Amino acid sequence: MTIRHHLSDDLLVSYAAGSLAEGWSLAVATHLALCPACRQRLAFAEGIGGELLESSDAAAPGTDASWEAVRRRIAKSSPTPPSAAPAAPAARRAGGLPEPLRSYLGRDVETLRWRSLGRGASQIRIPTADNETQVRLLRIPAGKPVPEHGHGGRELTLVLSGSFADGNDLFARGDIEDADASLTHQPVATPGEDCICLAVTDAPLRFRSWILRAIQPLLGI
Amino acid sequence: MRRTTENEAKPDLAALLVAVGERRDLEAFEVLFRYFAPRVRAFMARQAGDSHSAEELMQETMIAVWNKADRFDPAKGAASTWIFTIARNLRIDAFRRDKRPEFDPNDPAFVPDDVAPADEMFEAQEVSVQLHQAMATLPEEQVALLRLAFFEDNSHSAIAARLNMPLGTVKSRLRLAFSKLRAALDRKGETS
Repeated sequence: MTIRHHLSDDLLVSYAAGSLAEGWSLAVATHLALCPACRQRLAFAEGIGGELLESSDAAAPGTDASWEAVRRRIAKSSPTPPSAAPAAPAARRAGGLPEPLRSYLGRDVETLRWRSLGRGASQIRIPTADNETQVRLLRIPAGKPVPEHGHGGRELTLVLSGSFADGNDLFARGDIEDADASLTHQPVATPGEDCICLAVTDAPLRFRSWILRAIQPLLGI
Repeated sequence: MRRTTENEAKPDLAALLVAVGERRDLEAFEVLFRYFAPRVRAFMARQAGDSHSAEELMQETMIAVWNKADRFDPAKGAASTWIFTIARNLRIDAFRRDKRPEFDPNDPAFVPDDVAPADEMFEAQEVSVQLHQAMATLPEEQVALLRLAFFEDNSHSAIAARLNMPLGTVKSRLRLAFSKLRAALDRKGETS
């Protein structure tokens, strides 16, 4: 399996920085579980975070007092047992839902409870605590187009099984499509196998908050 | 804002962190603490707004460093990167309602790295030295943008609003900074 469609730099940087909302982060982290190349890029982006931390202004007073406080706190705490050796990975199982997605659904792909969207397509909504995204798992029947799901903003689509074609591009397991509002696209599931993908879009609310953000400098807030 | 100067005596952070992990070396930990505490406090202060919470979050971060030091693997990256990720996660827990989901390397569906390079250790430390040099060659404006993205916990659209810049411009400048850094490292990689 070779992944051909990877995470954009701006998603990686926001995820590394810890500023990416939960819904987008779920798609990013699930792609990372399947893509060693992007994990290497993530490590690089986190390295930038480490560099920025090192190069930040260190001329702050009060370190002596802080050190005394922390020294007392670690002396009082019972010695921590060495971190448990990481459990031997369970037998590799290709094709299942990877973490962290599987935990969000509470089950693996065979026992999901789908809700019909009509025309053979179905979905499962995945709740998150951010108010910025809508997250769902979509199942598109083999050979059929993805149902109309208008998105005014960004849309991330991560393929988990089967594949879909969008124009001349083919997206298979692990591939992520990053579409913005300007892209008109008509993904079609490849014949032969249903396509299951994770779709993350801007929540409708976001538009209002975007306008609010746009006028923030004028309001001076 | 001050860049760390090359002639500032910088302790061997990775070796100190390994000493803490292997031997609970309190002296090594104090050196690490004196180096990182003000930096982590500054990182926390951007969000905390008051110095009391920034101090508390810094202390929690450093106590986590003490407790988890045996999990630090110098073959995987720099000490500052490892400490950055701990501070970042504590900051998210403290200030955000939503979570930051992460992959699990022990998950059966996880796709492991194809190759484990023999000189991984050398490589990770070398990359961090090269990254440090590459950062010094970036235009100040791009470093400032990276700093906003990493330190202020701002979404890119919030940075755009704050700088009065279109979102597309923020993204393309971040992309530029990121690819310049990667290119600087790739060039070094080819010549070695």
